[in-house]
Amino acid sequence: MIKIANVSKHYGDFKVLTDCTTRVSKGEVIVVCGPSGSGKSTLIKCVNGLEPFQSGEIIVDGTSVGDPKTNLSKLRARVGMVFQNFELFPHMSITENLAIAQTKVLKRGKDEAMDKGLKLLDRVGLKAHAHKFPGQLSGGQQQRVAIARALAMDPICMLFDEPTSALDPEMVNEVLDVMTELAQEGMTMMCVTHEMGFAKRVAHRVIFMDQGRIVEDDKKDVFFSNPRSERAQQFLAKILHH
Amino acid sequence: MSYQWNWGVFLQPSASGDDTYLGWMLAGFKMTIALSLTAWVLALLLGALIGVLRTVPNKALAGFATGYVELFRNVPLLVQLFIWYFVLPELLPASIGDAYKQSNPMLQQFLASMVCLALFTSARVAEQVRSGINSLPKGQKNAGLALGFTLPQTYRFVMLPMAFRLVVPPLTSEFLNIFKNSAVCSTIGLMELAAQGRQLVDYTAQPYESFIAVTLSYIAINVVVMTLMHKFERRIAVPGYIGGK
Repeated sequence: MIKIANVSKHYGDFKVLTDCTTRVSKGEVIVVCGPSGSGKSTLIKCVNGLEPFQSGEIIVDGTSVGDPKTNLSKLRARVGMVFQNFELFPHMSITENLAIAQTKVLKRGKDEAMDKGLKLLDRVGLKAHAHKFPGQLSGGQQQRVAIARALAMDPICMLFDEPTSALDPEMVNEVLDVMTELAQEGMTMMCVTHEMGFAKRVAHRVIFMDQGRIVEDDKKDVFFSNPRSERAQQFLAKILHH
Repeated sequence: MSYQWNWGVFLQPSASGDDTYLGWMLAGFKMTIALSLTAWVLALLLGALIGVLRTVPNKALAGFATGYVELFRNVPLLVQLFIWYFVLPELLPASIGDAYKQSNPMLQQFLASMVCLALFTSARVAEQVRSGINSLPKGQKNAGLALGFTLPQTYRFVMLPMAFRLVVPPLTSEFLNIFKNSAVCSTIGLMELAAQGRQLVDYTAQPYESFIAVTLSYIAINVVVMTLMHKFERRIAVPGYIGGK
């Protein structure tokens, strides 16, 4: 589904990504973790072309992201993305947030888009808030709406860029529950997150990054029980003991 | 001081004989309104366009917009007015220039004033719009693009609706400024409010009454503008956001 081959990116002399290679198969759930500044967010943003990269190749469902001839908008419409800061559109009601891209990008009818939006809103447990505006919801609620908004486009895969990092601790689980459910239904997911509990529960593979390189790319069990690199061992020792 | 106050001067028949001095003031009042409103509409449209262009990734477009802003905001308004009114007709191809110079002088004054005020103000509007766009969280643009919107659609549906809401207060100031700046156009003979006030002094020797009336008229216009803009600001406020409920 997603193939990342030898991707490198630099700003001037500063290397953000160095020779990153991995793949995500259909139905697979991948967790990307690592210290801050390791390039996790940049890597995931390269997948749908929000960040350009200088060398290497990323293929999403047969389409090359780096190819200048690729219609990126068309590709992005099929790849769902959830951001750290939710990024709902504050001037639109929740239902409008859910419907706008369906009507403007997928050219669905207003009623169809509304129905679909409300169904997904119900699924994330927020049907009662349909008429509200983003600023009137809590962070956790906003993030659940953002997930519903991405799902409304019937994506072939979902990218999560630290979806719980900006949330109050109390609200982390309501978002992780939605993500877990999604994973169990067989959605292809690439998640940048520090939530190791989530990774242990649903991930198939864990990618560990440091200084722009993919240091580990292991099956979940191997990663947690027996990480090969010293850097990953240190990282896990620091975040797992509490 | 032995000044002879005479508020009745406004009701006296004017020197031209077919009107009162109050009629002169009203004509100036109407001219100020017509000039400022038409110039404002143009300034808003042009300024929005140029402000957006300053933020786009295309370097040529952004560079053009930057040049535009720097040109119109770094030359004094009065100089710009003289260029539009005195210099530009000479630079036009002779046939067009001559036709223009033979048209109704009032029309010439009005057009030069309107274009001058519109372009001068559009550069300032463009800067407000640009700052509004740049003050949005960067993630908003990414969120629009990630949903499959093209860049123009992202501006149209995601960024501009919020950016314009953010800049309504500074745009209100520009709206007020354009009425005040329009007084400069009296220098090329356009008979707007300030010019009528001065003409009234020439004919009646009642400067205090005249300029008090002019002052109050400008204040009245701007109180109305401020009230309407505050109403507008409240109407477009976003619930749960700055200024909203």
